Amino acid sequence: MPYDEVVARFEPVLGLEVHVELSTKSKMWCGCPTDFGGEPNSHVCPVCLGLPGSLPVVNRLAVESAIRIGLSLNCDIATWCRFARKNYFYPDMPKDYQVSQYDEPLCFDGNVAVEVGGLTYQVPIERVHMEEDAGKLTHVGGAGRISGADYSLIDYNRAGVPLMEIVTKTIHGTGAAAPEVASGYMAFLRDMVRALGVSHGRMERGNLRCDVNVSLTPRGSSELGTRSETKNVNSLRAVADAVRYEMMRQGAILAAGGRVKQETRHWNEGGYTTPGRSKEEAQDYRYFPEPDLVPVAPDPAWVDELRATLPEHPALRRARLAADWGFTEREFGDILAIEGALELIADTVAAGTTPAAARKWWLTELARRANEAGVALDELPITPAQVAEVQALLADGAVNDKLARQVIEGVLAGEGSPAEVVASRGLAVVSDTEALDAAVIAAIAADPEAAAKVRDGKVAAAGALIGAVMKNMRGQADAAKVRELILAKLG
Amino acid sequence: MSDITSLITATAAELGQRIAAREISSVEVVRAHLDQITATDEAVHAFLVVDTERALAQAAAVDARIAAGERLGPLAGVPIAVKDLLCYEGLPTTAGSRILEGWVPPYSSTVVRRLNDAGLVILGKTNLDEFAMGSSTETSGYGPTHNPWDLTRTPGGSGGGSAAAVSAYQAPLAIGTDTGGSIRQPAAVTGSVGAKPTYGMVSRYGIIAMASSLDQAGPVARTTLDAALLHQVIAGHDPLDSTSINAAVADVVGAARSGDVKGLRIGLVTEFGGEGYAPGVELRTREAVTALSAAGAEVVEVSCPHFVHALATYYLIMPAEVSSNLARYDGMRYGLRVGDDGDNAVETVMRLTRGKGFGTEAKRRIILGTYALSAGYYDAFYGSAQKMRTLIARDFTAAFEQCDVLVSPATPTTAFRLGERVADPMAMYKSDLCTIPANLAGVGAASFPCGLAPEDGLPVGFQVMSPALADDRLYLVGAALERELTAKWGGRLLDQAPLLPGTKVVR
Amino acid sequence: MLTRSEVAKLAALARIELSDAELDEMAGQLDIILGAVAAVSAVATQDIPPTSHAVPLTNVMRDDVVNWQPRAAAMLAGAPDVEDDRFRVPHILEEEQ
Repeated sequence: MPYDEVVARFEPVLGLEVHVELSTKSKMWCGCPTDFGGEPNSHVCPVCLGLPGSLPVVNRLAVESAIRIGLSLNCDIATWCRFARKNYFYPDMPKDYQVSQYDEPLCFDGNVAVEVGGLTYQVPIERVHMEEDAGKLTHVGGAGRISGADYSLIDYNRAGVPLMEIVTKTIHGTGAAAPEVASGYMAFLRDMVRALGVSHGRMERGNLRCDVNVSLTPRGSSELGTRSETKNVNSLRAVADAVRYEMMRQGAILAAGGRVKQETRHWNEGGYTTPGRSKEEAQDYRYFPEPDLVPVAPDPAWVDELRATLPEHPALRRARLAADWGFTEREFGDILAIEGALELIADTVAAGTTPAAARKWWLTELARRANEAGVALDELPITPAQVAEVQALLADGAVNDKLARQVIEGVLAGEGSPAEVVASRGLAVVSDTEALDAAVIAAIAADPEAAAKVRDGKVAAAGALIGAVMKNMRGQADAAKVRELILAKLG
Repeated sequence: MSDITSLITATAAELGQRIAAREISSVEVVRAHLDQITATDEAVHAFLVVDTERALAQAAAVDARIAAGERLGPLAGVPIAVKDLLCYEGLPTTAGSRILEGWVPPYSSTVVRRLNDAGLVILGKTNLDEFAMGSSTETSGYGPTHNPWDLTRTPGGSGGGSAAAVSAYQAPLAIGTDTGGSIRQPAAVTGSVGAKPTYGMVSRYGIIAMASSLDQAGPVARTTLDAALLHQVIAGHDPLDSTSINAAVADVVGAARSGDVKGLRIGLVTEFGGEGYAPGVELRTREAVTALSAAGAEVVEVSCPHFVHALATYYLIMPAEVSSNLARYDGMRYGLRVGDDGDNAVETVMRLTRGKGFGTEAKRRIILGTYALSAGYYDAFYGSAQKMRTLIARDFTAAFEQCDVLVSPATPTTAFRLGERVADPMAMYKSDLCTIPANLAGVGAASFPCGLAPEDGLPVGFQVMSPALADDRLYLVGAALERELTAKWGGRLLDQAPLLPGTKVVR
Repeated sequence: MLTRSEVAKLAALARIELSDAELDEMAGQLDIILGAVAAVSAVATQDIPPTSHAVPLTNVMRDDVVNWQPRAAAMLAGAPDVEDDRFRVPHILEEEQ
């Protein structure tokens, strides 16, 4: 059945559960680092390995991050709430229970407006709660997949990294726009957590993971359809595609008089969903309040303090920056197309650079270098403040454009701050008039023919002399200044 | 009296003083206790592992520091036994379970660190009921401990090993843990002193959890002052335990030295007596109250109507927490693994491991707790039990408006015979009838020896309960009782214990 | 009344292999225990707040500071099976018939 017909006959109902991995320095319950990519089981201690006798202590920044997320989603913040243990056995979970929250989430009852094609859709938020991540399983044998594997290996470095789970209420009234509303909501969350600085917000790295619930209700009926839950959908596009795929799949089943099975499904890179393992018995997680932790009771003053730290709404901020910077729609669009570029340019501008210069550095020289290194723009080892410093050196004439690029190269190579690179590589433009004078005199003496032409008013002939001086000075001279000196001497 | 007798029968306070004064060395004190362990532990089986070399090295280090003129704490150089529920880096820690056989923790509990910091010398780890679940030390995966007063009887539990070690003169001090009475009940039936501090006063970090909201470590000793000195060492705030209370430790040592109960209002709990209580237990309890009254205390009778539900409440909350706390023993990261033959999937290996590694009582409690938390039963079981906890706590609050401390027998009977209650869980559970309310409400409580039951000549324990954070009152009453009763007996109660086969104690 | 098959289900949920003899014995004993604890729900009624800890504490938190030493060898030392610095465990899924 074509998509249009599915939408004509059925109303899609969505529900999205998003896990956000926070970017705190230390884990949720212990001082182990959260850095990605350590040696296996090197970022573990008795607490995150769940050794007998160990106890958790809550990371304050994780709680504050959760509250700030909740406030950004227009949620109410609980005045008192507890952690709960979710009990189930799985070898990637060191304690065989996950510390999470059950019927007392930290944040609840929020809403987000998502714009698609000029229309605004409301996404109601059920709750935001805190929990912990599990370790990473690697399957050996059976082509590395869970099914058919001979055995598995576990690295617990990720165990105990703070996770926030953001759960929507059912989202109605999206119609044909359902896939875009879902991906638009995810984009909002991604931008929001990045603007808040609470998560790296990289879907491809699993910092944001989305479970997509979809059901169809026949138009005119008030009965909710049976839903499927597609797990671990990990890109904006995949979120939209998964919603669309499930709408099409369920629509075809219902149209043929069949029944949709309530089940967990997997998202496949090829753009389709497949049924997950069916559990014989319903899970019984035996939640109960975590006795090793005490309640979190955010008082209003603390919440107000956190509210004061909230950045602008990402959409409003984008609109304001576009107006402030005065780029064309296309120029601004280029910035938005590169992940992280907006923040980097904004920070560079904040450090004193003009928007045009900041945009030029990040979108040309630095984008090229990021591309070459195969990293994201904001992973380059250079800060917006350093870029601003390079641009200031250029504006002051301390370096020229070519030298500025070399300074950037030095910073990226870890040679220190721009000033340090200039000093250690000897990149400063020579402004010592005596040295320049000597070089100019030498150039005139070496090329009397060119000098004579200039004297005769053929100013263009000065180019050869300027080139000779620059060569002599190894490029570390201000070409405009050299030209000025030559013309003065031959004038 | 032989030299070794004087070294192993001395109080910890005396030993600490004499070591500090360099009259005796810590090394000779430790050696004497190691000798007594060697001589008597075949009969008693209080220890699961003895850490001879490290203990002697620690003792020598303390001696060297004292010789260099350092002033250390009052218990520096004094040996101590530690219940095998506390992680001690480098020494096997089993929790009395086969599922952890051979596991050597890569870290130490806060209590162990505090002992080390105070210069105490850890002799080894003592036997206990598996994961501290039992009242007789018979559920230990490594065989039962015997009561030094009568080797055919249990030393109580779960901390039977610690209580037996102290009463057999194998150590002057021991660490116990108390979830429903595991310090106080063994202390009672072995004629020793055992205190459960207010919940949150002693860090649980590094102590293998049984029921997290109830577990609390505390001192076991032969005298009130020794217990107080040890209490002082281990209590205090620990940022590694979120439930640790950030408040000053009450002056327990001062209270133990004073023992002044003039004007103190003592409330005798009316619910704890009558049917099921041994006549000798009731007799000695009454005598203890009389002695305190003679020492100037005012005695009132107080009813705590919800205490009768404490045992049932406990058997809902504790197994629920146990079922979750013991989930991690699944054979994946440490300890026993059974059935990993390449064919069995992870779930099967977990099931076989836990089926083989846990004893009957552990299995019983895990299944009971799984039931109490499962869908559809939570409200009726765990939820109701937490409400009952509130009612029991309110009983304490109301009682402490009428009196400064509550008193009762520590346990309804004297030491029972090995095997007597093994097949009857309810009979075993009733050993903790009097001790459980203090755990549920989190208040301080202790047991002090108050005589021998005439019918069997075995020790009776007198329980004192204080309001939360007022643990000093336990020692005030304990010291008064000890002063009055030792005067009456003409010596300590333990002096009346029969001599163990092979003991180095000469009378 | 806790039946033998209910105990078997609970044992499966708790990942504990029980012999037939253990199942029989435990069903009876658990029933007695449950009978003894039934009174609690009758007394503890709706309007009583639950207590989880004696001295109520809130907001016990630590600062977000890394405090750790690399001790992978010590953390892996107690493992039943290790491969490439990872905990080796049996395959996750039961074999298909």
